[in-house]
Amino acid sequence: MKKFSQLAIPYIVWAALMILLPLLLIILYAFTKPGNEFIQFSLTLEHFAKFFTDPDFLLVLWRSLVIAFKTTLICGVLGYPVAYFIARSNDRVRNILILAITLPMWINMLVRTYAWIGLLSDGGILQKLLGLLGFGEPKLLYTEGAVLLGMVYNFIPFMILQINTSLCKLDHSLLEASADLGADRFQTFWRVVFPLSLPGVVSGITLVFLPAVSSFFIPKLLGGGQYFLIGNVIENQFITVGEWNFGSAISLIMVMVMMLSMYAVRRLDRSGGREEDRL
Amino acid sequence: MKKQKRPIGKFLMGLTLLFFYLPIVFMIVFSFNDSKSLTHFSGFSTMWYTKMFQSRDMMESLYTTIIIAVLATAISTFVGTITAIGLSKSRRLVRRLVLQLNDFPIMNPEIVTAIGLMLLFITLRIERGFVTMLLAHIAFCIPYVILSVMPRLRALDPNLADAAMDLGATPWQSLFMVLVPQLMPGIVSGALIAFTMSFDDFIISYFVTGGGVKNLSIMVYTMSKRVNPSINAMSTLVVVLITLVLVAINLEPLLRARREKKK
Repeated sequence: MKKFSQLAIPYIVWAALMILLPLLLIILYAFTKPGNEFIQFSLTLEHFAKFFTDPDFLLVLWRSLVIAFKTTLICGVLGYPVAYFIARSNDRVRNILILAITLPMWINMLVRTYAWIGLLSDGGILQKLLGLLGFGEPKLLYTEGAVLLGMVYNFIPFMILQINTSLCKLDHSLLEASADLGADRFQTFWRVVFPLSLPGVVSGITLVFLPAVSSFFIPKLLGGGQYFLIGNVIENQFITVGEWNFGSAISLIMVMVMMLSMYAVRRLDRSGGREEDRL
Repeated sequence: MKKQKRPIGKFLMGLTLLFFYLPIVFMIVFSFNDSKSLTHFSGFSTMWYTKMFQSRDMMESLYTTIIIAVLATAISTFVGTITAIGLSKSRRLVRRLVLQLNDFPIMNPEIVTAIGLMLLFITLRIERGFVTMLLAHIAFCIPYVILSVMPRLRALDPNLADAAMDLGATPWQSLFMVLVPQLMPGIVSGALIAFTMSFDDFIISYFVTGGGVKNLSIMVYTMSKRVNPSINAMSTLVVVLITLVLVAINLEPLLRARREKKK
């Protein structure tokens, strides 16, 4: 029945207008002078020049990449053993644990981030706990550490779930084969299990790193406004300053940097894959 | 796998769950505090709930959130479902192009989708407010509905609609009485994703709204600078609402199975 294919037409029009056109507009705004009309505009590279010649902007971009990298690293190091534990549990326990990890993800990210403010604030539970443990009573809220914590908190479930999925797909006979061939448990893990779980690690990295680079409400809520990341700069340009052209250029630069990082990560996965072929 | 005690793993798992739930529990507990403090619990009271229900700002943002979530879910579920059916009967090239386009809002950083839509509304001179927020929510919800209906369609016999029409059904009857019931599980999970995505959205709503129209997330964001335990009360309400929706969705198949067993 060919007639049914017409059902897709409204959405094709919609998607062109609401998905494609906005992306084209970002590109158009990034390369044009402010105050131009849609029909009539003059091209310019001044926004990109402004960004790359200002050390402050470059520093913010660098800082965003560094904190996203730290977040990803912590999520990977902490998330992997947890995912491994879940994957090695029996079916019933595994389902419960996965539900327990997914449940908070349904709750508004902003609400969950806001909840940390009370825990981290001066005189709060965590500060007192650290005091009891003999760490003094350090300032926790509105520090880089708080921002990092907020990011790990928001994004680590993605890492755990991705790694867990790839670990669950693992063929158990491979582990037996590895043991039969004389590998001990650590050798089996490093040379069989870990390389085979790399696809999960890579998609976990993607799901943590990308939102971490562009996040702006976590640094705002937990960093107290002094801690600026690239997402905050974009927010500022669009909401406060109203320089949409410059803001569009910054977000294009951000997307480019993200794509380059992801390309690097995929390369890493492929070289890991080749090593596996050699085994 | 071998049964092991795995004390380290259990300890780590426990810590992780504590890490996940501690802030939420903390927030719920302090929403019942009888003072403004976020660090010291001085006694039980429901004053912040009273304050919340009295605050016009908060109640309006709650209504906005719910109305937009319900409308966006209904519209995007309908459009997403018929689009998925239409695409399954389209030429391969068309299907692949549309699905590619459909992936953008899911793959792109949310802030990019947000500023793109903001620029669109600015360029088309549409005043930003409730309508633009609703349009934006529909725009980012439809892709998820299509993605969850498509796999169910692929599992169906492609001749099902034709068979229904051979037996005398009109095209609309074969669509809504034959195809749609078969796709129900995909449609329901698509609607659920759409609802929670819309209900929880902050970034896109924040950029496309205007004229003082706020949803809950925007309200939390703008109020977070001052200590205001009413936000804890509101957040607790959100947690309870979302948990109820999830429990209902998870229980429904169980209850239905039990009912069918009784028959």
